[in-house]
Amino acid sequence: MSSAAMEIPYSVEPRPDTGLYNGKVGIWLFLASEVMLFGALFSSYIMLRVGSDAWPVHMLNVPIGTLNTTVLITSSITVVLAWAALKLKEFNKFRLYMGLTVVLALTFAIIKSFEYRSKFVHYAVEYTHNGQVIEATGHIEGSPWNWSLKTLQNPDHPIESIVFHPDAAGHGHPGEGATIHAGEHEAVTIATKDIHKLESFGPWHHTYLAIYFTLTGLHALHVLGGAAVLAWFWITGPAMWRTDPERLTNRVEVTGLFWHFVDLVWIFLFPVLYLL
Amino acid sequence: MGKPIANRPFGDGLMSHAAATVASATGSEGNDAHHDSGFWRKYIFSTDHKVIGIQYGLTSLTFLLLGFLLMTLMRWQLAYPGEPIPLLGPVLEKVLGQGMAFKGIMSPDLYNSFGAMHGTIMVFLAIVPLAFGAFGNYVVPLQIGAPDMAFPRLNMASYWVYFMGGVIMLVSFFIPGGAAKSGWTSYSPLATIADMGHRVDGQTLWLIGMVLLITSSLLGSVNFIATIIQLRAPGMTWMRMPFFVWAQLVTAFLLLLAFPPLEAAGLMQLMDNLFDTSFFLPTGLVVSGNPLAVSGGGSPLLWQHLFWFLAHPEVYVLILPAMGIVAEVIANNTRKPLFGYKSLVYSAMAIGFLSFIVWAHHMYLTGMGTKISTFFQTTTMMISIPSVIIVTTLFISLWGGSIRFTTPMLFALAFLPMFGIGGLTGLPLGFNATDIQLHDTYYVIGHFHYVVAPGTIFAIFAGIYYWFPKITGRHMSEFWGKVHFALSFVFMNLVFAPMFLQGLEGMHRRMYDGGATYAAAGGIEGLSQFALKLNVSISHAAWLLGWAQVPFIINLFWSIWKGRKVESDNPWEATTLEWATPTPPPHGNFASPPTAHRGPYEYSQSPAPNGFTPQNEPA
Repeated sequence: MSSAAMEIPYSVEPRPDTGLYNGKVGIWLFLASEVMLFGALFSSYIMLRVGSDAWPVHMLNVPIGTLNTTVLITSSITVVLAWAALKLKEFNKFRLYMGLTVVLALTFAIIKSFEYRSKFVHYAVEYTHNGQVIEATGHIEGSPWNWSLKTLQNPDHPIESIVFHPDAAGHGHPGEGATIHAGEHEAVTIATKDIHKLESFGPWHHTYLAIYFTLTGLHALHVLGGAAVLAWFWITGPAMWRTDPERLTNRVEVTGLFWHFVDLVWIFLFPVLYLL
Repeated sequence: MGKPIANRPFGDGLMSHAAATVASATGSEGNDAHHDSGFWRKYIFSTDHKVIGIQYGLTSLTFLLLGFLLMTLMRWQLAYPGEPIPLLGPVLEKVLGQGMAFKGIMSPDLYNSFGAMHGTIMVFLAIVPLAFGAFGNYVVPLQIGAPDMAFPRLNMASYWVYFMGGVIMLVSFFIPGGAAKSGWTSYSPLATIADMGHRVDGQTLWLIGMVLLITSSLLGSVNFIATIIQLRAPGMTWMRMPFFVWAQLVTAFLLLLAFPPLEAAGLMQLMDNLFDTSFFLPTGLVVSGNPLAVSGGGSPLLWQHLFWFLAHPEVYVLILPAMGIVAEVIANNTRKPLFGYKSLVYSAMAIGFLSFIVWAHHMYLTGMGTKISTFFQTTTMMISIPSVIIVTTLFISLWGGSIRFTTPMLFALAFLPMFGIGGLTGLPLGFNATDIQLHDTYYVIGHFHYVVAPGTIFAIFAGIYYWFPKITGRHMSEFWGKVHFALSFVFMNLVFAPMFLQGLEGMHRRMYDGGATYAAAGGIEGLSQFALKLNVSISHAAWLLGWAQVPFIINLFWSIWKGRKVESDNPWEATTLEWATPTPPPHGNFASPPTAHRGPYEYSQSPAPNGFTPQNEPA
């Protein structure tokens, strides 16, 4: 049709009076709205935390969080190197650094998924023992994933009892006070009929976990989306480098800006959720 | 300036162009004549900003009609509570089930659903897509002299994401439990517990639909701002841009920055609905006598803050494009420059900025504290200043003009006092002392409908009558346009003016029986028979308002094929660049790239024979 006849101005070369090409204006505007999106969630975090009676701290594994922070910062460096390589017309280096960036992004996502999993195999249980109601946090023997009382009572596969390994004192859930089995590490067997409540440390367990999963989940979606686009450039880059090298360079620059933003969000998430 | 049809880059004539765009928006597949290979790319998945504008226009006009229909049904229940709805009652019973409309009587749940969906459809699926998506898409690139939007494919994505959001909203009427029923504001915890028995309830679909609509407007606003910054024609400096473009630019910034917090809130409410979190559910919540089994610790106020952080700027998203349209029509039909163009521009910017810090004036009665209320009361009074400047400059623009009373001009003229009433009645709501009496009454309904219905919708009608000749190459009938105007003007006022009286009497805005129970109570706490009887007259006026749109609908479609042909590319003798294109403008818009040599409204400025100088005319 007439798409060839009609060119959108400044889609590659910068407009003289603004000094920007269209894509760069677009990405900065998009990032502004992203700031508002994450800003609203961070504000919600503050409002919920200030309004809560007890806010759990140190529920997450700081060394793993630190490792993931390093991984993401490194990927921010490699994405800049990829762009710089294109600017220097060193295409093979671009492929190397862009490939590294994607690998680092996936590494981050994999580490994050292990962290998520650890929450769904960690349980809070409330049961009657010798006429006394006991609350405890810990792990179920065999580390089943996201059980609830309904899972145990499932008429098709009823489970008579669980073997529960309570957390050491000080772990688990400070908001609910020390666990009854303070200091003990011995496993207890709890009959299903004695259990009132059983839930994993999913988003439903506490508002802290709710905001943790929402914030990091949304961030993880950004990581995966960004990684997909970067991988796309790694795959289609060779063809585009031959036909339209400037446009490819611009695309990498613009996506790099997005990638730095994703990194920056994590730089805020890490202290807010892991350290404070 | 007119070019013969044969010279246009596109060979399609006026009729086939218009016919095919209509077919595209209604999803019709019956028209075999257009099943050539290019049809889908040209009219359905088009990247041309003009086709996308028309798609937005026809889709959102359909939603406007649907939103209006929901309200006419609610008005029956308000006027004649508990009586079966004539004609449509049995249809509702059949389509939505006996639980919703047993024997054609509207159930409380259905009333709540219709109330929530009337607001949602009107704001997010009708008015914003019309004022921003349709007019903005069609007119902005033309007025700045651009060949298209900066990101044409993003533009297409924006329309289709909007379309999907609309479909999800419509589907929600037919799922078990029905559509969302907690008002267009979806306050928690009500929104979360209203349909708790259903795993996926109307509110869940509402939230998913909203996330799509927000995504659509995000893509649109990025595109609009980038286009206006990057694609202005040579010579189109900032202060030579038509006011309409300025209005759209500020609107785009509001959408860009105010919508994401609602998206965040929507995600959190979705978590509350689907994954049993407690973002907005406080500790100790009891539902139907049973404590709710959630972790608690959430904050209902948080939802309200996040919601109104969008929804107050949203009010200006609704009104700024309307002001832009009215400014264009007034300048063109008074044949003189707008009074105080720069004041208009700076006022629009001031509104844009201030609209981000007034949101909590919707929350005076939540107990958030008097100090916070005082702050928001102050900012609210401040934002009325630029609003009044805009209306005043438009009024003064009329002074000394030789006014042409065309149909678009009549709507634009009516906009001024109607928006004036809507704006001024907002002041008592902005003061937190008077708001205590008026909050959540029909006074509020009257207030914001005066802004949006005879305000924005009249401006939209003005825009349709004004730009129709450019879009189709034909005029709409002036006679039927004037009939449409006169009837709409009368009935709009008969609908909304009495609501102020009802509200002052204390009639609550969400009562299923229109306050009949309270009127029966009598005494000092009751509602007077007068206020109750107004329900009947308002309802009749609303239905007549519906009939008054029939001439418009017939006129719109009849004129596409049979309207009087335009004599030139610039039938209104206007100055702005959209009239310097062929009619209708082809893909790529301008026959040769235009240059702006002067400001946008040079009417009666030069000794030119017909008293106006187009922007692209060399000095």
